[in-house]
Amino acid sequence: MSSLWIKRARIIDPAARRDEVGDLFVRDGRVVASLPSAEKKRARSIDGTGLVACPGLVDIHVHFREPGQTHKETIATGARAAAAGGFTTVVCMPNTSPVADNAGTIQLIKDVVARDAVVRVLPTGCITVGMKGQALAPIGSLKRAGVVAITDDGDCVQSNDLMRRAVEYAKMFDLPVMDHCQDHSMTQGAVMNEGVMSTRLGLRGWPNAAEDLIVARNVILAEYTGAHIHCQHISSRFSVDVIRRAKQRGARITAEATPHHLALTEEALATYDTHFKMNPPLRTEADRRALIDGLRDGTLDIIATDHAPHTDYEKDKEFDYAPNGILGLETALPVTLDVLVRQNRFKLPYVVDLMTRRPAQLLGLAGGTLAAGVDADICVFDPDETWRYDAKCGFSKSSNSPWSGQDLRGRVKYTVVGGRVVFENGRINER
Amino acid sequence: MPWTRRHLLTLEELSLAEIEQIHATAVAFKRTLTRSVRKVPALRGKTIVNLFLEPSTRTRMAFDMAAKRLSADVISLDGASSSTTKGETLRDTAENIEALQADMIVIRHAAAGSPLYLSRILDIPVINAGDGAHEHPTQGLLDTFTMKERLGSLRKRKVVILGDILFSRVARSNIHALTKLGADVTLVGPSTLVPAWFTEFGVKVSHDLKSALADAEVVMLLRIQHERQAASLFPSLGEYTSMFGLNKTRASWLNPKAIIMHPGPINRGVEIDSELADGERSVILEQVTNGIAVRMAVLYLCAGGQPEAVVAPEDARQLATSR
Repeated sequence: MSSLWIKRARIIDPAARRDEVGDLFVRDGRVVASLPSAEKKRARSIDGTGLVACPGLVDIHVHFREPGQTHKETIATGARAAAAGGFTTVVCMPNTSPVADNAGTIQLIKDVVARDAVVRVLPTGCITVGMKGQALAPIGSLKRAGVVAITDDGDCVQSNDLMRRAVEYAKMFDLPVMDHCQDHSMTQGAVMNEGVMSTRLGLRGWPNAAEDLIVARNVILAEYTGAHIHCQHISSRFSVDVIRRAKQRGARITAEATPHHLALTEEALATYDTHFKMNPPLRTEADRRALIDGLRDGTLDIIATDHAPHTDYEKDKEFDYAPNGILGLETALPVTLDVLVRQNRFKLPYVVDLMTRRPAQLLGLAGGTLAAGVDADICVFDPDETWRYDAKCGFSKSSNSPWSGQDLRGRVKYTVVGGRVVFENGRINER
Repeated sequence: MPWTRRHLLTLEELSLAEIEQIHATAVAFKRTLTRSVRKVPALRGKTIVNLFLEPSTRTRMAFDMAAKRLSADVISLDGASSSTTKGETLRDTAENIEALQADMIVIRHAAAGSPLYLSRILDIPVINAGDGAHEHPTQGLLDTFTMKERLGSLRKRKVVILGDILFSRVARSNIHALTKLGADVTLVGPSTLVPAWFTEFGVKVSHDLKSALADAEVVMLLRIQHERQAASLFPSLGEYTSMFGLNKTRASWLNPKAIIMHPGPINRGVEIDSELADGERSVILEQVTNGIAVRMAVLYLCAGGQPEAVVAPEDARQLATSR
């Protein structure tokens, strides 16, 4: 395998507390301290002047829709979108069709990944059979088949007893349980945050209390059982507070925030634009501020995108009838840099940590560092380049992004997976 | 000031001047309703499609009547007979209606925001005849028109809206129109149906019927729907009536000249005593008649008509002084 020499980049490796301008070397798919001088001549060199080189980004919350909903996205197109966004490892949710609640479906996904994906795509399995919230899925078989976590994402497990048994059982395999926190009884027909804005628009409200109740439930179960529960896409300021206090007591609770909940509020819904419809919904400025504060003090552990592709014709509907979710992979880095680094003065290495080492660590995945000897998963980006994002010209099969047509600052230039440059200067290098 | 809007989507976005232009135009059209020949040729040769994807009696008939009084051709399509039951999208349905060379579309839809959505797709005017719990602008216009006929200027007049406010598009449109017209609006009902968020729109919220009704000059009742009880928003219709139903005793708390309004359909014996609904203070049927004149005005203006062409000079003067 060929070698790679990234020259004079700002190298940020949070795991090693490294932030310096220097060179990065890759040989036989692995990061190495240096290359022999003979090999340096033959190595492919990348001029990193003005660029940041960091571990490949890790997103533990994406929807790649395969099997069954491949009109929205496939593992191939989703992986390309990931590569274009600087992600080298992504974890896909099991709410496919059929849902991934058995080892056979996991094997199918792994086969397609091995054949089609330009980045590392790891599967999760369902918590319950059919994602129906009634009986435990074969969690042991799922683990053996290779899932990195279990979740009924999109359909929160409503029964407290079933959730308790799930986390207790999964703990035996050291398998994290990820939960989409939503009390269904409080969100019947709900399509946006409940409050003044929903009152004005005449849309059914999804109160943040419906998230807070389940977050509190998960904290209680994590403490009662000693199991690890990960709360997905936190959107409510009260949930942030509940998690903060639980962590102070030492509960094994972790949580993520999405770039869209950090950047946007319900004010964006004034024209009923379905590109701002997601679940959990965009909330208020106070909630948005609380999420940023939660990331700052470590209450929220990581950034995850909840990349959720839907076709134009599915999104092009009355607000009530359009599906939830937006694309995230290709805009996550610039949007996060904008909100956290530029608007809120986060240090760049800390933000890189939120998108690399920490999510990898959260699920016990390889990756997230540039230490010598590890698989060379690298993201090289220009933190200052401004570019116009057009979702129609993006790599996802769908184009449901609220940022389409906007100028974004911060652009991924190269994505390297296992030493192979899979994305460079706007193009995917197919396998 | 010329009328410039092609669509009527919400009252929230209308200015006071625009609301008054519609009212003045409606005064003119109301006169035509009592002539021996009740048709005017204003929209001759135009075709208006009433796309009613949610059940409606009054609004649909009033739009139908208004269009015919203006000499327009009318096609009415309801949810049950349209292709939406076969899974056709609203966009496709609407584009087909436009391709069939309709000049204007009136839409009633269960989903809030759908008239705005249509207005962005179509080149023809879109009139909102009620979208979910969002707005029902022609109802708000005809209600305030009726109040002005009875009370004159609405500035500082005390108006109470009583009932299921949370799910009511009628309440929202009235709130926007009444606050622009300067009325003093209080919303009353059970706390689960009248959340405090409404105070952000410049109105008061109360759960005490007696103090709210005291000296009010208008009380507008909204229909209480049985479905809300199923969703545990209040214990029972009986309890609602005992707490918030308008009866003779409670009506006596009103200003002696107060009028009683209801957009219909009425649940007799639930939100209002049957006797009061038919009593002399009730203007419920006047609202229905005014609904024709107001909708004629809206159709006429959004089709490109100008108020000056129909409004009599004395009405125009009165309009100017009422501000």
